[in-house]
Amino acid sequence: MNLNEFLKNPMEWVETEGPQRKIVLSSRIRFARNLCAFAFPGWAKKPERQRALAAMLPAVERLPEMSPGFSASMDSLSALDKQLLVERHLISREHAARNVGSGVVINEHETLSVMINEEDHLRMQALKSGLQLKSAYKVLDKVDSALELHLDYAFSPRLGYLTACPTNVGTGMRASAMLHLPAMVLSEQINQVIQAVGKLGLAVRGLYGEGTEALGNVFQISNQTTLGEREAEVIERLNKVVLQIIEHEENARLSLLEKKPRLVYDQIGRAYGILTNARAMSSKEALNLLSMVRMGADLGLFPTGTQIAMDELFILTQPAHVQKAVARKLTAEERDLSRADVIRARLKELPQPREDIAEPPADSQPEHV
Amino acid sequence: MLCDICKKADATVHLTQIVEGKILKVDMCEGCSKTKGVQDSAAFSLAELLAGFTPPATEEEKPVEGPGIQCPACGMSQADFKKMGRFGCAQCWTVFEDGLGPLLKAMHKGDRHVGKVPGKAAHTLVINEKIKQLAEQLQKFIRDEQYEEAAAIRDEIRTLETKLKAA
Repeated sequence: MNLNEFLKNPMEWVETEGPQRKIVLSSRIRFARNLCAFAFPGWAKKPERQRALAAMLPAVERLPEMSPGFSASMDSLSALDKQLLVERHLISREHAARNVGSGVVINEHETLSVMINEEDHLRMQALKSGLQLKSAYKVLDKVDSALELHLDYAFSPRLGYLTACPTNVGTGMRASAMLHLPAMVLSEQINQVIQAVGKLGLAVRGLYGEGTEALGNVFQISNQTTLGEREAEVIERLNKVVLQIIEHEENARLSLLEKKPRLVYDQIGRAYGILTNARAMSSKEALNLLSMVRMGADLGLFPTGTQIAMDELFILTQPAHVQKAVARKLTAEERDLSRADVIRARLKELPQPREDIAEPPADSQPEHV
Repeated sequence: MLCDICKKADATVHLTQIVEGKILKVDMCEGCSKTKGVQDSAAFSLAELLAGFTPPATEEEKPVEGPGIQCPACGMSQADFKKMGRFGCAQCWTVFEDGLGPLLKAMHKGDRHVGKVPGKAAHTLVINEKIKQLAEQLQKFIRDEQYEEAAAIRDEIRTLETKLKAA
């Protein structure tokens, strides 16, 4: 399957409605694995990396879970293609910088992806809609166990799965949830949450992982340690913390609506107005406005399905996707014009936000579905 | 907005990192972002850049050892590991094992793996454990000059070793 065909498939984790999707966009489990027979990718010379890739790529492609799917060596992808995969959360930004001797395999629905020769020989991830850490783990565990039959993993009974970086040794697992927390940001409670979460040994990051800004009020929460704790325990701990944050966010929304309803409706109304009328828009502005409309959808001010449309736009308004939409390279200024076009086209059918509602809706249906 | 680094050019790169619960922000121009290695996020730490300090990373906590240690499998030296903070191959974990304990303890919840064990490894683990027990018995029989029993044990060990190789 070539990349263009592949990208036509819907992103399952975006399009399906997972549990707690109002606040949790997605859940992700990642395993780091290495082979005994080759030096780690960051240290191996090119020929060794190529040999390692040749050993791993067919084994990954053959997995029933990965086919039909998309498979490529990194040097066969253009910079734009790689950026597309980054924006869809299928490869890391570090992996996008790699070329000869690295590869990637992604399943049809984009719920599974395997990076070959990133920092470790294998970095595999399972992605699910909403809060589904356990089920994402189950899926990935199965893939990992199947792969292990064909590849000789570097494993020590005492230290577990051996990785290039000591921060990943042991389970090699990173579990993370992507959370949309606009009310926590609006009510300026987010820093408290970040600090509290940090004390529990969990990390908070921005939309695109390590070192990225929390654009669009989206935060990633993940475990930091991998040694001395079972996978199930790590996931349970993260799950509990995420549920607590959800509760805080819901309370923050209620209290905002109670204390400053006008402010909330104003922000949402303005976001709607700008998104549906702007002719030029930066990606940062887009994400922040989309976030407001997304919250509006959660509050019942927009028809059902709006939330998913916003989550799609979170990705479709990223620079590479905007260029993909017009099938050519664009300057930053041109991108801002195209981005506004993409958004207006997608939101053409979206009605104005409902009139202010006195009571915060529980599960009330919006009037104009 | 001016670049925080050179204070001359317009800042176009805006970064936020959360380090140990603190939010760090920096705005910089394209040029400075490149020279500071911002493009390569794996090697980039805002904390270092802002405060000029190195966060508690592998290189700092690692106790100083003899400079001569080198991995026979991949050629990585102690100095290489300090510089990169990454191991060169699986073998390195054994070569540089000394002094790793405190580092891992500081980094993680413990210094022993308690999670998933690959099927193959689980099989190997059981056999290895068995061989170890048998080897002890073997020594005992030899000490007691019970050669017949010793020979039987030796054969059993050989069978297990062939099994291991076949696995």
